[in-house]
Parts: sequence; C-alpha cells; structure tokens
Amino acid sequence: MSKRAVLFLAFIMILMAVFAAGAVNASTDSGAADQVGEAMGASDSSMPWWVWPLILLAVTFVLGVLAVLGGVGGGVLFVPIVGGFFPFSMDFVRGAGLLVALAGALAAGPGLLKKGLADLRLAIPVALVASTTAVFGAMVGLALPDNIVQATLGAVILGIVLIMALAKKSEYPDVQKADALSNAMRISGVYHEVSSGKDVDWKIHRTLHGLILFIFIGFMAGMFGLGAGWANVPVLNLLMGAPLKVSVASSKFLLSITDTSAAWMYLNAGAVIPMIVVPSIIGIMLGSIVGVKILARTKPSAVRYIVLVMLIFAGVRALLKGTGVWE
Amino acid sequence: MADKLTGSEEQRRYATILDIGMKVGLAVLIVTFILYIAGIPRPAVEKTDVSSYWHLKVNDYLGQLRETGAEGGGWSWLSQLNRGDFLNFLPIAFLAAVTVICYLTIIPILLKQKDSIYVVLVILEVLVLSLAASGVLPSGGH
Repeated sequence: MSKRAVLFLAFIMILMAVFAAGAVNASTDSGAADQVGEAMGASDSSMPWWVWPLILLAVTFVLGVLAVLGGVGGGVLFVPIVGGFFPFSMDFVRGAGLLVALAGALAAGPGLLKKGLADLRLAIPVALVASTTAVFGAMVGLALPDNIVQATLGAVILGIVLIMALAKKSEYPDVQKADALSNAMRISGVYHEVSSGKDVDWKIHRTLHGLILFIFIGFMAGMFGLGAGWANVPVLNLLMGAPLKVSVASSKFLLSITDTSAAWMYLNAGAVIPMIVVPSIIGIMLGSIVGVKILARTKPSAVRYIVLVMLIFAGVRALLKGTGVWE
Repeated sequence: MADKLTGSEEQRRYATILDIGMKVGLAVLIVTFILYIAGIPRPAVEKTDVSSYWHLKVNDYLGQLRETGAEGGGWSWLSQLNRGDFLNFLPIAFLAAVTVICYLTIIPILLKQKDSIYVVLVILEVLVLSLAASGVLPSGGH
C-alpha cells in the first residue's frame, strides 16, 4: 500500500473518530449535560435509528483493515475506540469486543490449524489457564463502575503501546533444549516457511513461566474485553521460544478459546445488544478480508505507526474519560 | 512429514469442525440480524428504541427490559426466540459454543492415542467453558 493510501486510511479513521466525538459532545451540550445517559437517549431518539449502527459498521471495517495490517487483534482497537467515542455503556462495548475478537479468531482458526502454523498442543494448556482466569476477569470487570474500567483500560492500552513499541521479536528463537514440561506434553512441531521454502522444526522452553504469565493475560482479556494477542505473542515468542509465525498464529487461535469463556460471562450478564454486536462483527470481518488482500502490498512499519498512534489516542481518551477530565 | 506439516490428527479434526461451526454460525447470525431489522418476528425492543438503552449499565438495561415484558441475561433468551432481537442470541451462543464442540470431538482421538495428559486438559477446558456458559457464576454485581 502506498504512503498516500496509508495517510488516507488514517485520515478516514480520524475523521470518523472526530465525527463520533462531535456527535457525543453535541448531545451532551444540548441541555442535559448533567445526565449523560439521558442526553444520549434524547439525542439518539431524534436521530434515525440506523445512524450509530452504520457508523459502527464503517469504523469497525476500518479497524478490521488496520488490525490485519498492524498485526493486532480487532478487540484491542475496538474496545478503547468504540468505548471512547460511541454512546454505548462500557458493559456492552466489552461484550461486543470479546465477540468481535472471538469471531475473528474463529474465522482465522481453521486455516491456521490446517497449515500447521497454529499448534493445538501448544494452545491447549495455555488456553486452559487463560480461559479460566478470563472468567474471573469478566466477573471483576462487570462488577466495577464504568469510570474505573475506562480509566484502567486507558492505562492498560498505554502500557500495551509501550510493549508493542519496545518488545523485540525473534523469527526463530534459539531454544537449545526443550524443558521437561514441554517434553512431557510433547509440545513441538514443524511448519513450512514459504519465504525460504524450508520446513522449520521448533520446540519450546520455560513452559511453566509462560503458563504463569497467561494467568494475568487471561484475567485482563476478561476484564477489559480485549483479545490479548498483544500479550500472547511476546510470551509465546520471546519467553517460551516458539517461532514468530507459530506464536502469532497460535495466539490468534488461542483467542477463540480464551474469549469464549469471557464472552459467555458477558452473554449471561445480559451485556450483549445485537444492534451493537452484529454490525461490529460484520464490519471487522469485512475489514479483515480487505486487510489481508492489501497486506502483501503494504509497508508494515507505516501501518504499525498508525495503529500505535490510534492506540495512544484511544488510551488517552479512555483515561481522561474515566477520570472525568474529558467526558 | 506431510502429517507433521498439517498438524496432528486431533488438530485436523478440530480445524474441520471449527471451520464448519464458524461458517454456520456467521451465516445464521447475518440471517437473524436481517430478520431483526425487517421486524420478523416482532422484537422485544424495536430497532428504533435500542438507542434509549445502549448507554445504560447492564443491570439498568435489564431492569428497563423487564418493563417491556422481556427478560434479559442468563439463558432467558432461549425461551424468547419468538422475538426478533432475542433470535440473534441463537447464532451468538452457537459461536460461543463451537469451541466446546471442537474439544468434545477430539477426546476420542486423544483416548485412542492414550494421551492421558491432554485428555485431562481437554476435559478440564470443557468444564471451564461449560461453567462459564452455565450462568451459575455471578456475572454482574454492580
């Protein structure tokens, strides 16, 4: 993708965010600033019912494109951006965020498993830990007030930006010897590297350390409705020593399991509104399809900067919204 | 080597079931949403009124929903599939259940391979997901 196209995408994204923010502000300025909820309701009733879902569809489409190009899951962009600029309660945003990440992972899972890039034996123990703690994360997230969730989400998103900006990646980590636990569980594999035409054998180490970290990753995924691919990949790749492609693919597949447990919690809590969820899923999936098509022609570093800037913007917005500085 | 490159037998089975489940779930999701937009069957909350609810905290939303005669949360949607909006929960719940189905289908393969560690892990995962899906756990205390 050319520089101009990247800038154009960024422009559209910012335009939509500004439009959404402007609409929110307009509604709060129109006579009920002390009761944001009522103001939203009143403002929305004067607006055609399809406007917000349509904006949501358009924004999630762009998020889907950028998520693929930027190498992040849809949820990590969806929750702070939709939570920050749309008139939805964070409960419904997180419920939708989990279902968006889940749908994306379910869609990608079969292909990644069939190609041998995602590894089931690697994912099963990790998923068990993460999906269990995601349940507790969802319970905590649903019990907290919106402003606290917004503020902590903002802080977490800014932390994610730091991780994404600073964490190194290793195509083929040097694993001298598989550890006893991964040996006992027979976690190893081989995948075909198209770029070199070679079959790459891999094994992992520090399995126990990795599993312990997934306790926290799962908890945060459930609490904030994030996909958590941003955390899965560094742990699988840098700590446990899985090749980068196996880590990215297994992480994506992993979300289909981790997010399932948390999604059920939000579903049971009643925090799912089809008018929010369905356009989001369709938008992200269509965007992902387009994103994959233009991935080959794009400059990943340029898109990555856009994603980082968007995350900083969304993180600051969530932090300020949660602390009441920027309602 | 060909087997190793395309993953283990349980991995291939898992991928096949996941592929089918995902496609069925997404197709039904689109159909039920179109029906909801078309007002077939009549929803509990009209599409024109949804914006009056989506800014509320979930417990307040459920309270408002009760005033319309509908019941939200838990598995209550299952008894309200005659309402257009609740009909959408069918594919959503199905998509959230696909993983459990996939896990259940690989248990016989793992048993045949006498892979006892993974049989235990898979059963534990099914229990965790089933517990989360059951609605037994508290999921909204504010």
